[in-house]
Amino acid sequence: MPQILLIEDDQSLRDGLQLALEHQGHRVHAAESGHAGLTALRTTRTDLVVLDLMLPDTDGFEVCRRIRASWPVPVIMLTARGDDSDIVRGLDAGADDYVVKPVRGRVLDARIRAVLRGQDPSPATTATEIYEELTVDRSGLSITKNGRRVALTPLELRLLLHLSADPGHVFARQELLETVWGHDPSADVRLVDSGIARLRTKIEDDPASARYIQTARGFGYRFGPL
Amino acid sequence: MKRPSLVKRLSFGLRGRLIAGYLLVAAISVVATAGFTYYQAHISILRTGQDTLLNSLRDATTTFAGDLPYPPTRAQLTSFAGKLASGSGFRIITVSYGAQSVTSAQGGPAIPEPLRRDVTANRELTFQRVTQDGTPWLTAGTPITFADSRQPSGIEVYGATPLRSLSDAKAAVWVASQYGAIPALVLAVPPALLAARGVLRPVRRLQHGARRMADGDLTSRIKATGNDELADLTKAFNESTAALETTVGELRRMEASARRFAADVSHELRTPVATMVAVSDVLDDSADTLQPDISRAARLVTTEADRLARLVDDLMEISRFDAGANTLIAYDIDVAEAVRACLRARGWQDKVSTDLPEPPVTARLDPRRLDVVIANLVGNALRHGAPPVTVRVTASEGDEGCVRINVTDHGGGLSPETAAHLFDRFYKADQARSRSEGSGLGLAIAWENTRLHGGTLTAANGPHGGAVFTAEFPRTPTAGDGT
Repeated sequence: MPQILLIEDDQSLRDGLQLALEHQGHRVHAAESGHAGLTALRTTRTDLVVLDLMLPDTDGFEVCRRIRASWPVPVIMLTARGDDSDIVRGLDAGADDYVVKPVRGRVLDARIRAVLRGQDPSPATTATEIYEELTVDRSGLSITKNGRRVALTPLELRLLLHLSADPGHVFARQELLETVWGHDPSADVRLVDSGIARLRTKIEDDPASARYIQTARGFGYRFGPL
Repeated sequence: MKRPSLVKRLSFGLRGRLIAGYLLVAAISVVATAGFTYYQAHISILRTGQDTLLNSLRDATTTFAGDLPYPPTRAQLTSFAGKLASGSGFRIITVSYGAQSVTSAQGGPAIPEPLRRDVTANRELTFQRVTQDGTPWLTAGTPITFADSRQPSGIEVYGATPLRSLSDAKAAVWVASQYGAIPALVLAVPPALLAARGVLRPVRRLQHGARRMADGDLTSRIKATGNDELADLTKAFNESTAALETTVGELRRMEASARRFAADVSHELRTPVATMVAVSDVLDDSADTLQPDISRAARLVTTEADRLARLVDDLMEISRFDAGANTLIAYDIDVAEAVRACLRARGWQDKVSTDLPEPPVTARLDPRRLDVVIANLVGNALRHGAPPVTVRVTASEGDEGCVRINVTDHGGGLSPETAAHLFDRFYKADQARSRSEGSGLGLAIAWENTRLHGGTLTAANGPHGGAVFTAEFPRTPTAGDGT
């Protein structure tokens, strides 16, 4: 049963979201401020953070950066619809995904499961693939670079496995948004850009001139060609 | 064919008209002065020259007549005429006595008969001007009377002389007038230009001010100089602009505060609505296990909470459009795929048929906003039209090309009244139905989203009944940034 940390300043909404998530079967620890949230992270085992960007004491983006810097836990941010700049800033601060308020309990639950969902192991017949320094083990769900294991979040792993399944093929951002993130077309495509950026910092030698995950300008991204 | 009026053909700018008027006045003055001068000179020269000639004829006749015997012989008359011709200034002298007549020289005009009659009847010096071959001549005649009795002697002296010298003098005056007039006209040009400039400068300032005002700059004021009519006009212009600025400013403040109020209200509603929506599923899932009336109440609350959430969302979105806060995040997308994804995400694949182009049509659009447009148009067709609902995508090629998305239903179509207000906020085509399933803002939002791309959204009736909504997007929008 996933342990969720909910950081939300408005008491009614905090209670409502806690109620909704518990109804969906999550265990929820609610914090009313960024400060309280960071304290809770130190003391309580947490699988995922749901973070409202508009917090009174600390800027929500700053809380997100601090979480990202110290814990490998995925972060879903709560934003208001239409605040596009908030989404971009949140993604820049390291959020894995976002949910637009108002959100139904079931929808938030689906997002949480999508972010936490690991890749289903492929049939064991698939051999380990080697791309120069990068080794992709589809059955073991592990990525190693120069023999050292690269720690990826479930989403990053899913993104890399999806791209490398068809090297050289250009995946449109909208397509990745729907297949990897499980979003509908009304979601912000910059989610993909920020996910790619985070993946690059982990597997590329120089993220500015990426070799493994290349940009097809105006269309999307592809794995290779190397 | 109608000819343009003379006034129109001769119309110049204000400057041209001012200068022309100035020069016309100068020309009239110069011509009048020259003409009057010439006329006076003409009369004066004529009278003086004529009087001199007539006096000398009279004097010469008096002087030489004393030496003439009476009755004279023909030879004596000839001698007398010769003396007069040399002493009177007249070129040709004719002396008659009864039937005899001697002439000092040939040529010249004949003595006019009226003159002859006047001389015989009036017994005094008489003159008449005649013209021969274009040359003016002075003819004059005088009877010779006896010194003591003052009775006519029957001898009459006639003189004729050309007035060429007088004509020459008049011609000189005419030439002098002309030479005086031309420099006067030339000298009139600079003051004319200066006067035109003096009038035109404030006019031009007014023109610039009016243009700035037309461009929406209501803060523009014009410097008024002097105390003339143009300065008054400038002041009146400034006062009108100031009054307009105040009124427009007031209206803008009222509109801005109304919009801010709408934005603030929806913002304040967001968090409570979010709480209600968050717990909706808890209520929904438990509704079946509750008593029937509590269950109905729970379902009403959750349904209305969803609707309230949609309304608040749409209000916020409209407020952002009003504030100009919405921007495009556009990049090249496959429009047909966007249509399919939109229908798939809402589970409309089975209710809506599509007519999508092969090969795929790409356009530089914001996929999220395109999704909103398609969803609102299809949702509207499903709610208010009748099946089958069809989405058709067509495209024209080239840089100027555009992508057209038609959403067609087979309902009753649109009345002219409905078509005119369809994209108004909260417009309800069916007044009897007080609330629709949507927020009442869907089509207004679709319209704003299309316009944000530089496109158009229109509605009409199809050839076989039913409404046709057409969203047309340029393939490369005028605004937005792509990646």
